[in-house]
Amino acid sequence: MTSFPEIIVNVDELISVNRYEVDEDNAHIELNSQDIDSLDDVEFGKLVRVCPAALYKVDSDGHKSFDYAGCLECGTCRIACEGTIVSKWEQPGPTMGVQYRFG
Amino acid sequence: MEERDFDIIVVGCGCAGAIAAYVAAKQSKSVLVVERGEFAGAKNMTGGRLYTHSLRAVLEAYADGEVDWDDIPFERKITHERMSLLGTSSAMTVDYTSEAFGREGQESYSVLRATFDQWLFDLAESAGCEMITGIAVESLVKDESGAVIGVKAGDDEITAQVVIIAEGQNSLLTERELGAPRPKTNQMAVGIKEVFALDSDVIGDRFLCQKDEGAAMLFVGDCTHGVVGGGFMYANKESVSLGLVSTISEMEKADTTIYQAMEDFKHHPAVAPIIRGAEMVEHSGHMVAEGGFNMIPRYVYDGALVAGDAAMLCMNLGYMVRGMDLAIASGRFAAETACEAIDNHDVSTKGLSSYQSRLENSFVVKDMKTFKEWPETMERWDSMFSDYPQMVGELFDTMFVVDGTPMKPLGKRMFPIIKRRGLLKLAGEVRRALRAL
Repeated sequence: MTSFPEIIVNVDELISVNRYEVDEDNAHIELNSQDIDSLDDVEFGKLVRVCPAALYKVDSDGHKSFDYAGCLECGTCRIACEGTIVSKWEQPGPTMGVQYRFG
Repeated sequence: MEERDFDIIVVGCGCAGAIAAYVAAKQSKSVLVVERGEFAGAKNMTGGRLYTHSLRAVLEAYADGEVDWDDIPFERKITHERMSLLGTSSAMTVDYTSEAFGREGQESYSVLRATFDQWLFDLAESAGCEMITGIAVESLVKDESGAVIGVKAGDDEITAQVVIIAEGQNSLLTERELGAPRPKTNQMAVGIKEVFALDSDVIGDRFLCQKDEGAAMLFVGDCTHGVVGGGFMYANKESVSLGLVSTISEMEKADTTIYQAMEDFKHHPAVAPIIRGAEMVEHSGHMVAEGGFNMIPRYVYDGALVAGDAAMLCMNLGYMVRGMDLAIASGRFAAETACEAIDNHDVSTKGLSSYQSRLENSFVVKDMKTFKEWPETMERWDSMFSDYPQMVGELFDTMFVVDGTPMKPLGKRMFPIIKRRGLLKLAGEVRRALRAL
């Protein structure tokens, strides 16, 4: 895994100001494997860098994680990695997902 | 022609879609708008600023005086253009203000899409369009020849003579249903933005603007950690929009993440004082097409037209970013073309082909063509995003810093700083950039 300079911002805190209706039953983004740690380091590293919602994370032990719940629906991960490690990218179900109040 | 549920279905109620729906309804066509947000604007984000010329033109042609310009929920009229070159802890800013920015037909306004798009929605609805919100179009319905004849949303199939696809930048339908190429990572940028709530008078003071007026600020250099891209800041009525845009192919190999770059940008001495004490009320993300003219996909199909961001109609010139004015014009042209084709009983690619000539004969494609070399020039000009802003900082440091050491003449102090970067290289790069612009 390529190394990152220290991430000092807590993005989970940042996106907590947003309004979401999270679709707990249906992930609108799926990766090639449920075993996130087994995903390609380089490809996953791209997603860590480009996702503005920090859905793709690598912790200090090098463990990878992914959670679609805070998705901003920009599609950047799709452009970066559809066909490598992003296997599904659909719009969230009816009335689900982010609801911008400012935009 | 075959019987259909509607004359026209519009996918998406942003700038292109809402205007397309409005223009078609004004021409007495039956129109259905399908918007995936629970309300129009719920999924949309802009930097952002709207150049109003194309909206004015639409309203002049179709509104019969029903729309009061002052009722449109713009944020602030932009009367100051600021551009900053950022070093790690330096900033060199140009501030330009001109009476020309306020002239009718030339004005631009900062906007927030959640409010602006709801006004667009109301405009389309009041013209007689039927509106569905909160549900995404999953696929297009096609006949046996492959011509588009409707949309599938949820369990419903709804048919129309023409489908206008204005689904935005993450254009799933255009790619998956119509076969447009997936944009490459060097043609798309990722945008990240935060909105900060701030008292209206404080905004005026910090941006040095008159009441109801605001500034548009673009930043290049340290804000993206040297990656191709830049920062932006817009004064809204009671908030400030601040964000970064960077090319995906570059950001994915950057020395940090986009959100950490955003955090660092907020603490840069050129930015921090403006948002001091302001509450961050929204954190958003969106893509921006940056490939310019060369990435415009096919946008005319049998029974379907593609408009706005979905047709990649965006321009980032470094000193100017445009998309919404192109979207509005393309939505209008798509509707005018569709209405004409329906009246002529030919909605095939041929029957809809005047959409292309309308776009090509207008500012939309003409402007994109004029600057078609710029995206590649910008992409290759990595020193513009890293070393040159730093160099400018060093030059101004050597000009303004007094520390009691006997001073050499200005030229002798400055020349080595420029020479280190290679005078010829710099001159060549500037010349190439000017040619592309």
